Amino acid sequence: MTLLLVRNLTKRFGANTAVDNASFEVSAPMMIGVIGRSGAGKSTLLRIINRLTDATTGAVEVDGRDVLTLSGSAKRAWQSECAMIFQQFNLVPRMDVVSNVLHGTLNRRSTMATAFNLYPQSDIRRAIDILDRLGIAEHAAKRAEALSGGQQQRVAIARALMQDPKVILADEPIASLDPMNAEIVMSTLRRIHVEDRRMVICNLHTLDTARRYCDRVIGMRDGRIVFDGTPDQLTTAAARDIYGADDSFSEATTSTEIAALDRAQNLETA
Amino acid sequence: MADHALHAPQPIDTIRDDYLALIRRKRTYGAILLAIFIALMTSGFIIADDRNAGGFWDGLHRIFDFPAEVIAEAAQKADQLPAHFVTFLPAMIETLNIAGAATLTGAIGAVVLSLLATRGMAKWPRLIPVFRRMMDIMRAVPEIVIALILIFVLGGGPVPAMIAIAFHTVGALGKLFSEVNENASLKPVEGLESVGANWSQRMWLGVIPQVAPNYVSYALLRFEINIRASAILGFVGAGGIGYELKNAMSWGKGRYDEAAAIFLILFLTIILVDQASSALRNHLTHGAKRGAK
Repeated sequence: MTLLLVRNLTKRFGANTAVDNASFEVSAPMMIGVIGRSGAGKSTLLRIINRLTDATTGAVEVDGRDVLTLSGSAKRAWQSECAMIFQQFNLVPRMDVVSNVLHGTLNRRSTMATAFNLYPQSDIRRAIDILDRLGIAEHAAKRAEALSGGQQQRVAIARALMQDPKVILADEPIASLDPMNAEIVMSTLRRIHVEDRRMVICNLHTLDTARRYCDRVIGMRDGRIVFDGTPDQLTTAAARDIYGADDSFSEATTSTEIAALDRAQNLETA
Repeated sequence: MADHALHAPQPIDTIRDDYLALIRRKRTYGAILLAIFIALMTSGFIIADDRNAGGFWDGLHRIFDFPAEVIAEAAQKADQLPAHFVTFLPAMIETLNIAGAATLTGAIGAVVLSLLATRGMAKWPRLIPVFRRMMDIMRAVPEIVIALILIFVLGGGPVPAMIAIAFHTVGALGKLFSEVNENASLKPVEGLESVGANWSQRMWLGVIPQVAPNYVSYALLRFEINIRASAILGFVGAGGIGYELKNAMSWGKGRYDEAAAIFLILFLTIILVDQASSALRNHLTHGAKRGAK
């Protein structure tokens, strides 16, 4: 069964080609890591799937229907089924955490009710339960801007879960976090995938994170998909090809893992 | 992680009840505010309607009578419109002149005052509140009040109108400019201070290059507003197109074709200036981005 089929997707910005004839197929809910250098087209790929950016040509089929041809309320309904998590969290800083999570239900609620922040009690309870599941319920009434980066990213994940999505797209979710928060956020995403059986597609720019958390890795270079396989198949040679690096490239140099941090600290104290 | 260790996490039920109570309280306040708002609107309307000489509901159906009359007469004498355009063009140019001169003078005053009223840039930091209040007052007095006083003192004409609009512009633009200044970086200013530059040099060479595009953008916006203001000031005898419009309208029937011509020329000029200035402002804000690419 095909859950998601990306077919010959191309996106051009003027003379630049951000995504170049990308195709892949996902047949079971899994956690997919998309890796590549910055500018390789990873973000554009996710933004096309979520319909934040329009593709030049190609199709994205979900349950046999091309979501790229949707418009108006059908398009917004698809967006609510396909949650997006951003590098910079993209929360509303001056609103409290629960309200930010409740924004996940905007597609289902009327404009008037949401304009006055009138959400059903059951939704509010569910929002707080989700926050509790992610370990940040105690910050429920605080403004989003008062939280640390890692906490804000978990609020963003809670907003995504509130959408009850089929697919969660995460665009560099840990790129602006320190290693410890990065680990919390990545394990949270992994947990969501394992416990809820949701598909998670996660843009990463470090190899070891993709290896550690993902079931499948897609490598992009200059807009083209140059690698598609399991983390085990991802050899150093394949990684060099994805990053366009020479022989001096090694995984440790790109690492943001806690383990690498520990190693560095051990060196310092020794 | 670390904060978990410091204090025991609250049970989820407490958090939920607290939040729901908070929401209930917020909604109650919201409902009270809404009720007050509706009550004020209704009572305000009723009072205004009572004091109105004609009565709102009695006059409502006649609201289109005057425009209909004007349009009917203008349509009848449509062949004379181009001639009227030529007649009133000098008056329109006078109005534009008043607005332009007022915007320029006002903007220069606003630049100086706004720099003196911005923290970190002010020459005399202790006088910041003084300069701020000065701008507040200049902004608070409507152009028409100043114009009426000046016309009484200096007699009718474009000069009092220009001074009146410029005075208000200093306050209005000064406020906007000082907000722009607050977003400017102080590092270049410090750099210039380190080479021994005086205050004027620091401002002119360190601040103005950063804020100039925003200044120009706000000044253009103000120019559009000032054209409308100077047209209105014509009604109190300050010359320009407003004066002609007042005359044409007060002559009443038979001269409505002139009024229509003036309306049209004013309308077209305002659209033209708005379009030109918004194109220019777009260029200012986005042009820089294109240059960087």
